[in-house]
Amino acid sequence: MNDVTLTINGKPVSGVTEPRVTLLDFLRDVAGLKGTHAGCEHGVCGACTVLIDGTAVRSCLMLAVQAEGEDITTIEGIGGSGARAGELGVIQDAFCETHGLQCGYCTPGMILAAEALLSVNTDPTEHEVREAISGNICRCTGYVQIVDAILLAAKRLGQRNDAVPSDATLA
Amino acid sequence: MTEQKYKFLSTPRRPVEDRRFVAGRGKFIADLDRPNMLHVAPLASHHAAAVINGIDASAALAMPGVVDVITGAELAAAVQPLMNGLNTPNVRRFPLAVDRVRYAGEWVCAVVAESRALAEDALEKIIVDATPQPFILDAEAALLETSAPVHPEHGSNLLLDRKFVWGPVDDDFDAAAHSLSFSVTWGRNSTVPIETFGVLAEWNGWDQMLDIWASIQMPKYADQIARSLDLPGNAIRVHYDVDVGGSYGVKRGIKHSVLVGYVARKLGCPVRLIEDRLENMRAGDAHGPERKFDITIAFDQDGTVRSMKMRALDNAGAYAGRAPFQLGKPISAIVGPYQINSVAYHALSVTTNKTVQEAVRGFGQAPTNYAIETAMDRVAKYLGMDRLALRQKNLIRKDQFPYLIPSGSYYDSGDYHAVIDKVLAAADYPAMLAERDRLRDAGMMAGIGIAACLEPSGGNSSFEPLLNQSNQTSTWMESCQVNIDALGKLTARIHTTSSGQGHETLVSTVLGEVMQIDPELIRITRPNSLESLPGNSPVGSRMAIMLGGAAARAGEKLKAKIMAIAAHRLGVAIDQLRYEGGDVLAHDGRRFTWDEMVELAHRQYHNLPDGMDPGLASFDIMQVPTGDALPVDDKVQMYPCYSFEFHLLLVSFDPIIGRPDIHSYVIGHDCGTVINPAIVSGMTYGGIAHGIGAALFEEFAYDTNGQLLTQSFLDYLMPSSHEVPAIQIVKHCTPSPHTVFGQKGSGESGYLGAPAAVSAAINDAVSGLGIHFEKLPIRMSAISDAIAAKTS
Ligand code: FES
Ligand code: FES
Repeated sequence: MNDVTLTINGKPVSGVTEPRVTLLDFLRDVAGLKGTHAGCEHGVCGACTVLIDGTAVRSCLMLAVQAEGEDITTIEGIGGSGARAGELGVIQDAFCETHGLQCGYCTPGMILAAEALLSVNTDPTEHEVREAISGNICRCTGYVQIVDAILLAAKRLGQRNDAVPSDATLA
Repeated sequence: MTEQKYKFLSTPRRPVEDRRFVAGRGKFIADLDRPNMLHVAPLASHHAAAVINGIDASAALAMPGVVDVITGAELAAAVQPLMNGLNTPNVRRFPLAVDRVRYAGEWVCAVVAESRALAEDALEKIIVDATPQPFILDAEAALLETSAPVHPEHGSNLLLDRKFVWGPVDDDFDAAAHSLSFSVTWGRNSTVPIETFGVLAEWNGWDQMLDIWASIQMPKYADQIARSLDLPGNAIRVHYDVDVGGSYGVKRGIKHSVLVGYVARKLGCPVRLIEDRLENMRAGDAHGPERKFDITIAFDQDGTVRSMKMRALDNAGAYAGRAPFQLGKPISAIVGPYQINSVAYHALSVTTNKTVQEAVRGFGQAPTNYAIETAMDRVAKYLGMDRLALRQKNLIRKDQFPYLIPSGSYYDSGDYHAVIDKVLAAADYPAMLAERDRLRDAGMMAGIGIAACLEPSGGNSSFEPLLNQSNQTSTWMESCQVNIDALGKLTARIHTTSSGQGHETLVSTVLGEVMQIDPELIRITRPNSLESLPGNSPVGSRMAIMLGGAAARAGEKLKAKIMAIAAHRLGVAIDQLRYEGGDVLAHDGRRFTWDEMVELAHRQYHNLPDGMDPGLASFDIMQVPTGDALPVDDKVQMYPCYSFEFHLLLVSFDPIIGRPDIHSYVIGHDCGTVINPAIVSGMTYGGIAHGIGAALFEEFAYDTNGQLLTQSFLDYLMPSSHEVPAIQIVKHCTPSPHTVFGQKGSGESGYLGAPAAVSAAINDAVSGLGIHFEKLPIRMSAISDAIAAKTS
């Protein structure tokens, strides 16, 4: 058993875990954060995506002990929590606006992949959006409304003070 | 039907479910923990077929944290075989193999331990003494009398062998100027949700109650588990408030649930089984149809298609499952959108030593549509006729609805020609043709794909009595309950799990429309199965029609009660009253407000009409429209509604590399009145993505030893955001006369035509070389190999 201490969504978290436990299982079972999902557990689907220092990482491919000291963001760290639960972040809100999801299983990973993209590229092209989510498989949506959501979020983030646009991209 | 103006229906509204999912607050099965929960890991067979001589689990049982090892023999002694719906009593199936394994990956026994990791560790210590047996993988070979039956007790590999002749097939063939024959094969693939299947069961001996949480999409799930476990129906409580991480038909989970239910009862602990990806791919309910079609089609020189003979041979895998019935649904649209006068249909389903086939989006309709559309392309090519013109000539015309097809179903409504015209305009078809030619001139292989098809919807189950005469099913109802509380707010209850279809949005929108109340203010809950009314879950593109219908009808019943209360209170006849946004207005201008009405109904019995029950609640159990009768003379009305779709796309690829690039994809879609536009579009986009996968990438492929080759996401390739192009949806609305708002189904849209369309595009690209791809998926390697063989 190993002690692991890391930062999750801005808060220090410590836990005791076997060396073989993945970061994914640590987040879910030790930290109790169920928003990070297991899809394949072999690094292909991206359902387990989290951010480490702002970079999208597959938490199923990393051991918890390897994440010692890292600064991790999960879907629970996006948008409001506690008393502010129910307040959506800009990207989350855009996913709701375009219906960039159906079953919601790939969605946390998609939103974190989008977060990683938009933190370094505030005005992506459609191609760049598709590239950024190409490691995240969605079986429900065919990606169209996800791409719409991320482009909408980029637009809104670029116009922070604007009122919410009314042009829902509902094709 | 006249154009209706809706307040909430058909307007762009955010699906209510989305909020919890974007926050990562969905409640999926793997998110649920119970105190002292045990975990199950199944041991998979390495053999495609073997006799089990013995299982030594002593080393596993000696490991710390291991609680039990369950074998097939133990389980079979304690539970009933799983139901399959056919009269094949000797094709018995239990959750764990009994005496013999019949496919590689089949569960031989199951370890129960304090953690999943410990259970997996223990699997490695179990010694199975097994003697390999001959096995069979190919469906045609399985039919041969010389082939060993997968179930020796059954005597052959035949599960289903039904011949239908609808209309004057021989006469039509005699009269036709031409006929041609061809074969196509739909490769074994599936919809493969990103969430695997999972189930958690907990037995309470004091209450004699088995609580179950599961990621299911399965009609009669609670009943089937109760039957198998020999428990009364009211001793099983299935919790429907579990979010399902995608299903598209496959999340059946009966065998998992019976196993886990048995273990939970035996040990008196909560027990959970979450498939890992490998278990899901090789032994979960993951595989869909694998079907070979032999088609002969009769037609005239002018392109009129008169008749079709179709033999469909389905490889069901090692047990019956629901697979054979997937040959039944396509009977409801066996001529596609065309005026084909007669059809001979030979449906065959056989067992082989492959993973069991289960229900997949469209329930067999997508493969059949692929076969029909390939036939249309072949006929056009034979006659040297334009593919589009051939279709336009044979399509059922708007003035012919309701249109009776030879197999006994009436198509409700449609305007296929109008949809196609819209698509051709939106896509700028002449420009598309010019672009194809330009690409060809530039040395690329380029092709245009066309496909027209129907989505039978409304989720009836008439294929069961049609394929199995001892089955007398003539209802496939769905239900909804509505309550107005003492503070005047609406809550509706739905009695199923959802896997992304947006049923909460559906019901709140429909009820909001009927009650003229903002859907945002309506709460939707999902009680457990014991608190539910009867229903059949979201299969067969049915929920907009059936759950939407039940919700609307329950709302109308409430409204009728409100009107009666108002009439009594105001002392006027009901026909002198008007319902408006929750209030009731009298012809003389008096207003009976919602709040007054709620107060009366909940507190002032003395002010209610004589004999009226207090409170404000209603429910509706809805029968499938048109689905009233059992088959007669091998014919039956199967589904109430038929949505139409028309696909048009341009593909190109380098002749050496063979990697298809979809340049543009336009689909025309008519599913009648749309309840929520974003949800319907999403279904269609997602369905097309599935279809692209089925056409180009996805296959559960086996090696000659009967081992599944594609058992991870590294081998079973699914379309990413690179492979699915931007898609343009062209909408059209022909309301159905059979539904409350004119809505039809859309849950299988896109998927039903995309494989045919993509295949057609690839075949168009290579047609100059005389190549026909006769099997899906058409993988890159197949394309480049075929071209190399022709050009070298
Ligand atoms: S679960 Fe990590 S990539 Fe699929
Ligand atoms: S929303 Fe279901 S997998 Fe993406």
